[in-house]
Amino acid sequence: MHLSPLPGVWIAALLTLGIYSFLYRDNPAYKFCEHLFVGISAGYWVVLTYFGTIKPNLVDPLAGGRLLLVIPLILSLFLFSRFFPKGDWLSRWPIAMVLGVYPALRITGFARGDLVQQVNGSILPFWVAGNPVASINNILLVVGLLATLVFFFFSTEHKGTIGGIAKVGIYFLMVSFGASYGYTVMARVSLLIGRVMFLLDNWLGVVRF
Amino acid sequence: MSAFSGLRRLDRRWIFLAVALLVVVPLALGVHIAPVAPTARARGFYDAIERVPAGSTVLLSGDYDPGTIAENYPMHLAAARQLMRRNIKIVGLALYPGGPPLTDQVLSIAGAEYGKKEGIDYVNLGYKAGNELVMSQMGSSIPRTFPVDRRGVPVSQIPVMRGIQNYANFPLLVNISAGYPGTKEWVQQVVSRYHLPMVAGVTAVSAPEYYPYLQAGQLKGLLGGMAGGAEYEVLVGKPALATRGMDAQSLAHIFIALMIILGNLAFLGEDKERRR
Repeated sequence: MHLSPLPGVWIAALLTLGIYSFLYRDNPAYKFCEHLFVGISAGYWVVLTYFGTIKPNLVDPLAGGRLLLVIPLILSLFLFSRFFPKGDWLSRWPIAMVLGVYPALRITGFARGDLVQQVNGSILPFWVAGNPVASINNILLVVGLLATLVFFFFSTEHKGTIGGIAKVGIYFLMVSFGASYGYTVMARVSLLIGRVMFLLDNWLGVVRF
Repeated sequence: MSAFSGLRRLDRRWIFLAVALLVVVPLALGVHIAPVAPTARARGFYDAIERVPAGSTVLLSGDYDPGTIAENYPMHLAAARQLMRRNIKIVGLALYPGGPPLTDQVLSIAGAEYGKKEGIDYVNLGYKAGNELVMSQMGSSIPRTFPVDRRGVPVSQIPVMRGIQNYANFPLLVNISAGYPGTKEWVQQVVSRYHLPMVAGVTAVSAPEYYPYLQAGQLKGLLGGMAGGAEYEVLVGKPALATRGMDAQSLAHIFIALMIILGNLAFLGEDKERRR
């Protein structure tokens, strides 16, 4: 066992234990860690945003003579006009610009990546010669896709044949929710493993990973 | 009081304690329960990098921050190792503000192992704000999007960046992603538009969202969470952090699955008793 001599590691370790102490019950140590986290996160993001975004994209180029950047500077200052009731309409200009650019960019990306290519990817042969597993997978995918689409089709009452197909769609959805939940459990346990590795290795020096 | 109602009244802190022990004990003792068997998804990731000709330059985007180190860092490091082992040059970047130091760490560790030099064999372009806009702008000009690297060196003076103009200069995009912006946006903005082959290593919680991309061939390989990272480490031949964590992961999963079954049995049993 080689306890870390680094104060930073000790602070991180004690804060980790402080946060996990909530699992026993709410307590002052947890409250302290929580408030510290919120405060430091806010400060961290302010610094990160300034040095990672505002300085390299606005301050430095402006200082270098790219005067055209005065326009986005003024537009971004307009966002603060929301604090002044008489001039708050000015904030609509930069918001309109953001709303114009982002949806345009995302809609085209979505149409290409999620709509066209996904539809293309679902057109599959039901029989793959020499590969019965692939055939079953393809049938399951197409049946699941169609049944789930029918479940989300609300223009007709889900009765009779439509109701039966929609029910099959529910089962497929349940399987997908189960898979998502399983992955979520894995993600949370992974985070715990990460912290335990840190405590055992970097802090206590019991094991070297 | 029946066994069912006893289970229903079990203090949840016992379950927390059991999960903690199931994670801590295997990690502390270094027990090895079951070997990690790579799946087709992880093999796809590995094979896509193996197919890249030696001497090429690959784009490696590490879009995560310290919050998901346990899941993303092992796969990021393993990818850098495989690329460098195959003498493939790396252009690293991050679309998460907290990402560049992690890319630095990954590239310097793998670089030291394989005798690669910063600037010649790899570069970290750092972080750029703008999410999809950055991806889109890189399609026109990478040197204009990232005029300097993370250390402030102009890209025109960096040997590894010579001849790199846009996505056409890369045979593959390797993305390690924790969420937004990440794999989904790279697929939508870059794979679909520029037809750049891509592999992704993602957090477990987001992995199900990307299976359709894998099925449709938009992703050549997919690593989901710590399990995906462990499978990939095995393929790369350097079992490391993710592989070490898998035994604890498996035990915790078995226990949680058991608790779900018992919880449902308790619920059904109590319901039956009430009806009686």
